[in-house]
Amino acid sequence: MSDTQTQLEIDREKGNFRYDVDYEFDAGTGLTEATIDYICDVKDEPDWIREFRKDALKKFLAKPMPTHWASHDLDNIVFDNIRYYLAQGRTPKRSWDEVPEDVKRTFERLGIPEQERKFLAGVEAQFDSEAAYSNIKEAVGKQGVIFVGSTDGLKDHPEIFRKWFGKVIPTGDNKFSALNSAVFSGGSFIYVPPGVKVSHPLQAYFRINAENFGQFERTLIIADEGAEVTYMEGCTAPKFDTATLHSAVVELVALKGAKIQYITVQNWSNNVFNLVTKRGLAMEDAEIKWIDCNIGSRLTMKYPGVVMKGARARGEVISIALAGDGQHQDTGAKMIHAADDTTSNIVSKSISVGTGRATYRGLVHVPKHLKGCKNNTECDALLINQSSRTDTYPAITVRGTGNACQHEASVSQVSAEQIFYMQQRGLTEGQAMSLSVNGFVNDLVRQFPMEYSVELKRLIDLEMEGSVG
Amino acid sequence: MKNLRIENLHASIGDREILRGLTLDLPAGQVHAIMGPNGSGKSTLAKVIAGHPDYTVTAGDVLLNGESILEMEPDERARKGVFLAFQYPSEIPGVTIANFLRAALQARLPEGEELEATDYYAKLYEKMDLLQMPRNFTSRSVNEGFSGGEKKRCEILQMAMLQPSFALLDETDSGLDIDALKVVSHGVNSLRGPDIGMLVITHYQRLLNYIVPDFVHVMVNGRIVESGTKDLALKLEAEGYDWANEQEAEPVVA
Repeated sequence: MSDTQTQLEIDREKGNFRYDVDYEFDAGTGLTEATIDYICDVKDEPDWIREFRKDALKKFLAKPMPTHWASHDLDNIVFDNIRYYLAQGRTPKRSWDEVPEDVKRTFERLGIPEQERKFLAGVEAQFDSEAAYSNIKEAVGKQGVIFVGSTDGLKDHPEIFRKWFGKVIPTGDNKFSALNSAVFSGGSFIYVPPGVKVSHPLQAYFRINAENFGQFERTLIIADEGAEVTYMEGCTAPKFDTATLHSAVVELVALKGAKIQYITVQNWSNNVFNLVTKRGLAMEDAEIKWIDCNIGSRLTMKYPGVVMKGARARGEVISIALAGDGQHQDTGAKMIHAADDTTSNIVSKSISVGTGRATYRGLVHVPKHLKGCKNNTECDALLINQSSRTDTYPAITVRGTGNACQHEASVSQVSAEQIFYMQQRGLTEGQAMSLSVNGFVNDLVRQFPMEYSVELKRLIDLEMEGSVG
Repeated sequence: MKNLRIENLHASIGDREILRGLTLDLPAGQVHAIMGPNGSGKSTLAKVIAGHPDYTVTAGDVLLNGESILEMEPDERARKGVFLAFQYPSEIPGVTIANFLRAALQARLPEGEELEATDYYAKLYEKMDLLQMPRNFTSRSVNEGFSGGEKKRCEILQMAMLQPSFALLDETDSGLDIDALKVVSHGVNSLRGPDIGMLVITHYQRLLNYIVPDFVHVMVNGRIVESGTKDLALKLEAEGYDWANEQEAEPVVA
């Protein structure tokens, strides 16, 4: 059907709004040691962090852009035009009543439902670089769970924080982890004591709300022995004319027998560079699962990883990427097997619309001396228009004799016959396309918590509306 | 009086003309069968009425209750009551039958109105029982991994749920064993009534033993060459299509 093959404007009015915010703290544009001193002074941070940041700045400046393997679009980021720190007051708001009206208005536009706030155990909604609102239900706090902003975490809980901060993802891991380490602000620090199972997911919403402002949140989650926790983050961002940079670092530590599930649904506006480093460390019998859904942005580069350091540790990445017109989703997973009998599973599904491009990069590493390691990788791509593109770059190193690896990949298109069939039942071409795409990702969407799967379906519908005649 | 009227219809795919001046009047309440040899254009007729984008109508018209539907998108025709039971139904991976039919019914409601879920499932289960389909069928993806018989049952289930005013059944008997044929025919017969007109397209007379038509038309080379009662089907069964091919030399308008 010729209509399905034309490229069309994708409507992303959803995130296209902004309210004036009186920025009390603003580090100006550009990045030097002075910027870091400004951030440390404003946030009243201890000296070890100041040194950590300055060391990271050196590493950031020394590292080349990874354009020898990644998109040359990265060269379009003008670091001097970016505002590296900007906060709306230093103290995260504790109760909903204390949250400023205009911030509440923004959340309303984002459609965070009232009942969801009640349902969720703790909400940490990041408004620009400081948490504007942070609240943990009493029950969770009583269990000894710490859920605070990263700044509070490093100041108030240094004994836990310092032990793991920067250990899963070293500063120099890549150029953007170094950048984040230099200028991070916001993000969450979570510690779950041994044996504690947090029954409700902890949740944070992120959005960017200042032109040319890079958001560099830093999240560290530690689940002590036998503990279990689920964390969810969701993002939408307003649309601006000039590029915006988002570069987060998320570190997870699952100690012996612990389980961490980290769920992301992102819908950045199409001028955002979303360059995120996410990695978890799974000790003996521990389990880390990343559920990651990327919609929107100009360029997303994100490969959630799990280092299985203890025997029988398990790592899993479930990834959905939707690359709309003009967008590039460069996503995948890293599975590093570092102990016997560790298992990893990667399931990735991507959808490319219009001139959208989805790239899968998967790294699976099993060294020779290990036994009983297993990896399963499935990656499926769906192309909507003739101009849509998908690439797959698996890098699998499995050595030794007692290890197994399985990789399956597929590329498919929504056929004109399928659309006609659905139209014959009364669905418009857009509804038919939307239903097909939702069907394609359905088995993965089912793994999301209910409110996220509904949101995800809505985001896909919104994206697909513009993809047909 | 509701009717589906096909007037001097000419349609092509690419440069090839397949329908060459076909005229047929299908009033609600009647079942008409179209029989014809392979390649006579039977399936094309069904697809053209439904609005398949591969075909171009070069002359003639298709009128639904007096209104031309040729300029309408396939989905608009469907919502106006035209249903096509496909010979080769498409698979829709990941979309369950329950969700698909729900979306299709929802698309027929005015904006802002939500389908009542309990009524929907009650009706769905009732129609599934009629077609002897197990309940777990609803959670299977549409046509994915279905046997030939399951696909055809699923088509009739959709017809039963969507309650069209005109149904085109394209080779609904193909790929069915005798037991499945009986179940499907029973399903179709139970939907017969004064509010629906059916056009049953088949190559074989066998189906017409179970779905007994009011009229039978013989189609050859894109035209109807002979029309009659169900006895015409028996004649075809006995004599084959050779005599009809000869008739084609002189176009006959039914």
